[in-house]
Amino acid sequence: MKADLPKLRSAASVQFSRFSANRMAMISVWLLALTVALCFLGPYAFPFTAEDADFDNISAGVDLFSIHPFGTDDYGRDLLIRVLEGGQVSLMIGFLGALVAGVIGVLYGAVAGFAGGRTDNIMMRFVEVLYGFPYVILVILLSLLLGGGTLALFTALVFTLWLTPAVIVRAQAQSLSRREFIEAARAGGMTSWQIVTQHIVPNTISLVIVYGSLLVPEVILSESFLSFLGIGIKEPQASWGNLIQIGTSQMATDLRLLLLPGTLLALVLFCLNFIADGLRDAFDPNEH
Amino acid sequence: MTPVLEARNLTVGYKIPGGLFARPQTLPIVQEVNISLLPGQTLGIVGESGCGKSTLGRALMYLIKPLAGEVLWSGQNPAQMSPEVLRKNRAQMQIIFQDPIAALDPRMTLARILSRPLATFEPQLSKTDVQTRVAEALQRVGLSPDFAARYPHELSGGQAQRVGIARAIIGRPKVIICDEPVSALDVSIQAQVVNLLMDLQAEMGLALVFISHNLAVVRHISHQVMVMCLGRTVEQAPRDAFYARQLHPYAAALKQAVPEPDVAAERLRRGQSLPGELPSIAHPPPGCVFSSRCPQAQDLCRTARPLLKSYGSGRQGACHFIEAPP
Repeated sequence: MKADLPKLRSAASVQFSRFSANRMAMISVWLLALTVALCFLGPYAFPFTAEDADFDNISAGVDLFSIHPFGTDDYGRDLLIRVLEGGQVSLMIGFLGALVAGVIGVLYGAVAGFAGGRTDNIMMRFVEVLYGFPYVILVILLSLLLGGGTLALFTALVFTLWLTPAVIVRAQAQSLSRREFIEAARAGGMTSWQIVTQHIVPNTISLVIVYGSLLVPEVILSESFLSFLGIGIKEPQASWGNLIQIGTSQMATDLRLLLLPGTLLALVLFCLNFIADGLRDAFDPNEH
Repeated sequence: MTPVLEARNLTVGYKIPGGLFARPQTLPIVQEVNISLLPGQTLGIVGESGCGKSTLGRALMYLIKPLAGEVLWSGQNPAQMSPEVLRKNRAQMQIIFQDPIAALDPRMTLARILSRPLATFEPQLSKTDVQTRVAEALQRVGLSPDFAARYPHELSGGQAQRVGIARAIIGRPKVIICDEPVSALDVSIQAQVVNLLMDLQAEMGLALVFISHNLAVVRHISHQVMVMCLGRTVEQAPRDAFYARQLHPYAAALKQAVPEPDVAAERLRRGQSLPGELPSIAHPPPGCVFSSRCPQAQDLCRTARPLLKSYGSGRQGACHFIEAPP
């Protein structure tokens, strides 16, 4: 009774075909994939790393046919490779941060919304307290605690960014938990945890995918912002944020230090926003 | 024979949390209901909207904890079971719902919806056994086993209700609570679903609790009829005796509210609708729950609540002025 069944279109396949019909979103997917591949594989094409200084070519200009296509900075480090490796850090923090914050937020919100009553009340008041916490100060505190660097930045970002998915999912879980299939699940002997993970969370997933795709650029932007302020990723490690910061200090004389990381960051942010847009349209229940 | 389902003085209500100045309150929805249901029997529960029928159904399933009184499943009290034992014992009590589509998880295929209860009730089953049981359940409710791959949004209301019934019977229950199972369906489909329930009852020896406001459907399927008004039982009787003559004026009014197919009789019937307002369940009248709308109400009715008394041959009524049936 499995293999020989007529193939019916599931909701997911309808949504997928609707997403692939969105041209901007599909272009964005390919551009983003290309950028990611470039950032993670590109540096291997060069015989030196981002930290190797080439003292013969300090502050070299753009020369696409030389060994340093986009030139070097004033320490003689290759700009292209620094931007690509900075991209690795920014993208990793973006996707991983969104994933971790998303998972925590979804589970927290689903539990709160499903439990309801006093549990929900306490859990959501806690979220509101955290919302009130100024996050630049939180990052500074955490950097002091964890000795600064990527881990402190990552923890601080996740700590502030799981709140919104929690609130969104909680509202959805609240309305879902009053539906009759949840009652049927209880009559079928499922535990509350099983209902949350097998009924509530899968039913919020379309919402979460859309929000998650907006969360990634938010994390990348926050990372860049904090690194720009000098409390995120520290030299000599590169990230798009601190590269842009170095770029701005020299933009009066040499614009390319700002333009290269800035363009890539903008490209990724645009792509992610178009993808989020396409996902939202694909999952929109009003168009079913 | 032990009844498969019993309720003793069952009182169910919701707690309203108190505000800054208000005290927490309990709002009783169902009060002091007694039920005893034998295997293979159907109890029809009728009453107007908001009288507590559905809440009673949930309480019988032990999905809502009673405030007082107890529910017994084949003589065992679910309130005294450990959570683990209770989960396993839910196999004997199942429920089907009014809105058949909302009762199915939109993101699951029917195969997953139907096999989910088995994962809890009979975890020892192999994968192929589960698939056979799913196919069997689908066939039993008159659907082709190919339906297993479908999603709920691909079903019509009648098909979805059949799936709801398949999910209820797959764990081989003793009792199924049917909460207005046909109210949301087309009239032609209603008959099919009711007949399906009666066939399954005959095959599996199921006991049914059939909650409805449709007296004609209840007449078709029930052995016993119970009438509820504002959370209380006002009359309980064997089906034929009940439809021949209602003891309680509220039951008689319900019966009269059924439209007549004959034009002249219908015109006459329309003139006799009940006057008065439905009292709030938060402030029930001190006397009889029906006293504010009863055409025969006396002063006694507004001050003293009539108790449910037996009138012979299995009939019970709660009214001060019931004339003993012949």
